[in-house]
Amino acid sequence: MERKIRVLVAKPGLDGHDRGAKVIARALRDAGMEVIYTGLRQTPEQIVSAAVQEDVDVVAMSILSGAHNHLFPRVMDLLREKGVDDVLVIGGGVIPDDDIPGLKAAGIAGVFTPGTPTTETIEFIKNNLKRGD
Amino acid sequence: MEESAASSDLVRSGDIRATARLISMVEREDPSRLAALKALHAYVGNAHVVGITGPPGAGKSTLTDKIVSRLREQGRRVAVLAVDPSSPFTGGAILGDRIRMQRHATDDGVFIRSLATRGHLGGLSRAVSEASRVLDAAGYDFVIIETVGVGQSEVDIVRIADTVVLVSVPGLGDDIQAIKAGVMEIGDVFCVNKADKDGAERVVREIRSMLETAVLNGATTRFTPLYEARAALTRLDGGRASGGDRAPGAPSAAEGAAHHLAAAVPGHPNLEIPPVVATVAESGQGIHDLVDEILSHEASLVATGFLRSRREENLAWELGRGAAERVLSALEHDGRKESMSDLARAVLDKKIDYYDALETLERALTRS
Amino acid sequence: MNDNDAIKKGLEAYEAGAEKSISKFPERKPAFATGSNSPVKRLYTPLDGAARDYLRDVSFPGEYPYTRGVQNTMYRGRFWTMRQYAGFSTAEESNKRYKFLLAQGTTGLSVAFDLPTQIGYDSDHALSQGEVGKVGVAIDSLADMEILFDGIPLDKVSTSMTINAPASVLLAMYIAVAEKQGVSPDRLEGTIQNDILKEYVARGTYIFPPEPSMRLITDIFAYCSRNVPNWNTISISGYHIREAGSTASQEVAFTIADGIAYVDAAVKAGLDVDAFAPRLSFFFNAHNDLFEEVAKFRAARRVWAKVMKERFGAKSAKSMSLRFHTQTGGSTLTAQQPDNNIVRVAIQALAAVLGGTQSLHTNSKDEALALPTEDSVRIALRTQQIIAYESGATETIDPLAGSYYVESMTDRIQAEAEAYIKTIDDMGGAVKAIERGYVQQEIQDAAYSYQMDIESGERVVVGMNKFQVKEAPPKGLLRVDPIVGEQQSAKLAALRAKRDNARVDAGLAALKKAAEGDDNLMPHILEAVRAYATLGEICDVLRAVFGEYQQKVIL
Repeated sequence: MERKIRVLVAKPGLDGHDRGAKVIARALRDAGMEVIYTGLRQTPEQIVSAAVQEDVDVVAMSILSGAHNHLFPRVMDLLREKGVDDVLVIGGGVIPDDDIPGLKAAGIAGVFTPGTPTTETIEFIKNNLKRGD
Repeated sequence: MEESAASSDLVRSGDIRATARLISMVEREDPSRLAALKALHAYVGNAHVVGITGPPGAGKSTLTDKIVSRLREQGRRVAVLAVDPSSPFTGGAILGDRIRMQRHATDDGVFIRSLATRGHLGGLSRAVSEASRVLDAAGYDFVIIETVGVGQSEVDIVRIADTVVLVSVPGLGDDIQAIKAGVMEIGDVFCVNKADKDGAERVVREIRSMLETAVLNGATTRFTPLYEARAALTRLDGGRASGGDRAPGAPSAAEGAAHHLAAAVPGHPNLEIPPVVATVAESGQGIHDLVDEILSHEASLVATGFLRSRREENLAWELGRGAAERVLSALEHDGRKESMSDLARAVLDKKIDYYDALETLERALTRS
Repeated sequence: MNDNDAIKKGLEAYEAGAEKSISKFPERKPAFATGSNSPVKRLYTPLDGAARDYLRDVSFPGEYPYTRGVQNTMYRGRFWTMRQYAGFSTAEESNKRYKFLLAQGTTGLSVAFDLPTQIGYDSDHALSQGEVGKVGVAIDSLADMEILFDGIPLDKVSTSMTINAPASVLLAMYIAVAEKQGVSPDRLEGTIQNDILKEYVARGTYIFPPEPSMRLITDIFAYCSRNVPNWNTISISGYHIREAGSTASQEVAFTIADGIAYVDAAVKAGLDVDAFAPRLSFFFNAHNDLFEEVAKFRAARRVWAKVMKERFGAKSAKSMSLRFHTQTGGSTLTAQQPDNNIVRVAIQALAAVLGGTQSLHTNSKDEALALPTEDSVRIALRTQQIIAYESGATETIDPLAGSYYVESMTDRIQAEAEAYIKTIDDMGGAVKAIERGYVQQEIQDAAYSYQMDIESGERVVVGMNKFQVKEAPPKGLLRVDPIVGEQQSAKLAALRAKRDNARVDAGLAALKKAAEGDDNLMPHILEAVRAYATLGEICDVLRAVFGEYQQKVIL
């Protein structure tokens, strides 16, 4: 059977602006992916645990509150603690360019700022999956 | 297959990643999963499998979330398989049931997995039963399968459950009709959720009266064999189980069985219908009762020995389905797909009849 | 032949001529649409307003149905309040920013709180990690509020606070600070957002389920009508509904449907409509489609006036007048070529002024990137001042009235909004419609189709999907020092050590008892606040009694 790309779309932190997360969830679905959406106010622990149980290929997080420098690396740390090294992790939201190198160094493979077309995110996912058959 | 042996050992030890990965293999029908599933076979059968089904918008995810909390309070380990439909156009899916259960994400005693229908419901019911066995072997006490129940194919998904909870809600109008049309017969426990809404009492009454009608008409239901088995036990037991005047001392098998609180059909003291529980999942109202009913149904199944017969029946059904799949796949692999269209054409052209065509296929099978 | 027949004939001739030109030189697109995707005709004429009755539907400024404005002199009397939303980091830092803004000519304060404050968590709560001071100021107790308004006389400014689920707690803190300054509550002017319904559908900073939340809101209405009579007790907000992706008509419809739910709840709680309705205020967005936005504000006033008069039997003109604050559309700003945002903000601000807003916040050009710097905040404020003093748009009232296009669009938005309100009524009102996910679904669908239009290039966003340039990363963005979280936690520890904890416990116990019964909660919250109980402690008491809301997610 054809391998389905499974994506966890998560909103870490406390901000309630989920327009972007929901739009991307729908766009990924329309691109044929299976999207598990977590809802708002997720702790890094909840996100990582869901990613493991759902055995996703991708974790896509969105933050608009400015807490990305704290929360994104924390998710990466927890994934590493659980020995998960084959999940593509990407992030989006209001993220200043200056922060992007630090996030990438922490293991966030792609960072998407406002105005990124959903098609660009979809292509990025398809081209950067860390696992496949 | 050393890898699958290692994988099955990890699953048995409760390794969450290994469990999740094996379920992924099950989902994509990876042939190498079979070795691991075979290795786990000896450890399957301890979990109680609960199916929760009902129309869209019935609040099944919230209900499942609350049932999980209640079972956790009682120290049980719980796994959930939440099924959502894939888009028939893109093959993609948004699996949203998890949102309501996400507060359990960091509880080691809870495993939640979202499954998409991936286009073909037949394949899904196989995937669900395999995934359910994986979770059973992984040591979860309960495996809850949550799915939208609107048609026969969805019903097949919960068919493998030991206890089926059929959820209804007031205000959907048509779903009662759907239930009337036969889905009704697959429930062991009936739940009317959103019971704080107008019309909830009426839905409870309607379900009861439909169940009574079914029982009076001698319809084939999922629950009647259990009640018959229990009635037989009660007769053996001198009728102590069904009354309030329990004898002192250890509970008899019949008493165990009687825990499942069936209600007598009015005017027919020997006929019983399953419980109908009103809940408000959002606030938690009625959840204790619902879980008690699920547990007492389990106790009844065990006490009457009916659990085994039900599982036999479920397995026989699964075997039948598996066999049919294999036969079809054998015919197709044999390059027969085209010959099937050839046969169809021949039947249409009146060159042969339908039965001749079937016999041709049968011969092809015995040859292979 | 009467006038209309003559116009009709003329129009037909014009259209025939236009079609002929088009056959040689096609128009830019096969179909034209507003920013909210409503069809736009080639030309509007008096025929488009044939059914409109001037006195009944448009009327005069300050007169029912207030289409032309809620005051009879509007900006000829005084300009709108120029109110810049601000707040970040600690109370000390924000206090400095407020003093800067007042010195620059701001006429009202607008407090932004950080997310832990908005969701009722103290800065040292586990969920607050990484969020303290980020999108607004962190307020944990009365002690922080005292610093926030240090040196700002509360009888001289009007203060708007963007706070919803814990609005009663922050209002109580404001009252307590005023008490310490010797200012009595009846002299306080300002607004709390206090609009929980839009939090459920669009903004996400909810705490409690709808029923107790509605009670908290009506408790505030009742308390303020007696004790803080000049306070706007709610700011019923379409802003965030629009930011979440709704159309202009949906913004009006869902906001007014929410307003109906609040009035209903207050009337059911036994309040007289004319006692509290004059203190209800609104909050709208302003997007780029200048004419559609102006029409939206005019339509909103008309719809609300009708609702208050016909549905609730309001007698007071103030109850029927929709007064509103406007903020320019944050979601219209681009991270690309941020200077372009200055132009967008100017158009949007002009729409708000032409639409008769009572107060206005103009976004800063860098808000798609980070919190605004002082420089960009100054440009944003100057934009308002240029419109006020130089554009001429303020010299007469409702200058776009009588435009065939704007009047016809005002009618259309009214009709579309009223149709939505009818649908929501049929579901049993806004609370029920939100519980069912109806409102969320409508917004979500509009947001998705908007995004797809941008991606297909059908909708042009200058600098983003057309006219792009290679850009160097922007410099000098404002950053909040991550140390703020630790500082707040240390302040909390010190506070808990030195306050009278017996008084705190007694206050919280009394609040719990009141929450379990049906006393007005405001006096109990005020007492707990005076004792320096923290925001988190107060909200935890209420969480224990009321439970927490579970999001209804629609995708």
